[in-house]
Amino acid sequence: MKIKVNGKEMDIDREITLSDLLERLDIIPRGIAVEVNREIVPKSLYGEKVIKAGDIIEIVRMVGGG
Amino acid sequence: MEDILEVGGRRFRSRLMVGTGKYSSYDVMVKALEESGAEVVTVAIRRVNLDRTKESLLDYIDPKRYTILPNTAGCYTAEEAIRTARLAREALDTDLIKLEVIGDEKTLMPDNGALLEAAKVLVKEGFTVLPYTNDDPVVAKKLEDIGCAAVMPLAAPIGSGLGIRNPYNIRIILETVKVPVIVDAGVGTASDAAIAMELGCDGVLMNTGIAGAKDPVKMARAMRLAVEAGRLAYLAGRIPKKLYASASSPVEGIIE
Repeated sequence: MKIKVNGKEMDIDREITLSDLLERLDIIPRGIAVEVNREIVPKSLYGEKVIKAGDIIEIVRMVGGG
Repeated sequence: MEDILEVGGRRFRSRLMVGTGKYSSYDVMVKALEESGAEVVTVAIRRVNLDRTKESLLDYIDPKRYTILPNTAGCYTAEEAIRTARLAREALDTDLIKLEVIGDEKTLMPDNGALLEAAKVLVKEGFTVLPYTNDDPVVAKKLEDIGCAAVMPLAAPIGSGLGIRNPYNIRIILETVKVPVIVDAGVGTASDAAIAMELGCDGVLMNTGIAGAKDPVKMARAMRLAVEAGRLAYLAGRIPKKLYASASSPVEGIIE
């Protein structure tokens, strides 16, 4: 099934949790925020939130800026 | 008595706030932040790289030492800015937001209508809003009335280094609002920062002025000293400007 993460298409074999997705992407869930279909998922729910086909996911963090 | 800057219930000894963008390396940035004496540092919110690079700005900025002020830079609508602010709050666990809604790519001047709209929503949601705005006293007053914790008028366009283009407007803003006035953007060198503080501004926020200097670490120190000097001169109260001379040495007792 196809999902979109930070503008890039990704293929995952089955429905997984957001925690699993972050682990697959090698992203440590520290100092990040995640939106699934424009809804922010609180950090406490990463283990419960199930990623489904067609989901659009944005993962952000802080970078240098003024 | 200690001279404290209070913004949104937070207290700071330093009146210089600095950005973390445009540095040639994290190493230079860390040293420049150190030399600036700043307690507040701004950051942007962007997508995580999916290339598995582990290096993160968080490894270089200790949130226990610095107050992190996320911005909404790059947002051109109220909706985008609100969305970015919410993401920043979730990512960094802070209610602080440097609200920018840009109206034009070339000048990076704010879109005041959208700025006011976004500020209203974010204040209602409990954010401590620090809006980047024009040097316009009317907009500054509206932002204060909405409940912003400070107003941050530009000295000149972002990254332009032109210094304070309209000191009279800044003075009117200072007379118009009660919240702290922090000059944000356009500072090119130490004297620009000193002028802002001499006018009576409560602080100065800058990024390019330091990061873009040939020696950012030295410039960071220069800016720290300039902000301190300008603040002291403001508190000391300058002499009035006069057209003619008045002798410093006594007229009495001159030899004949």
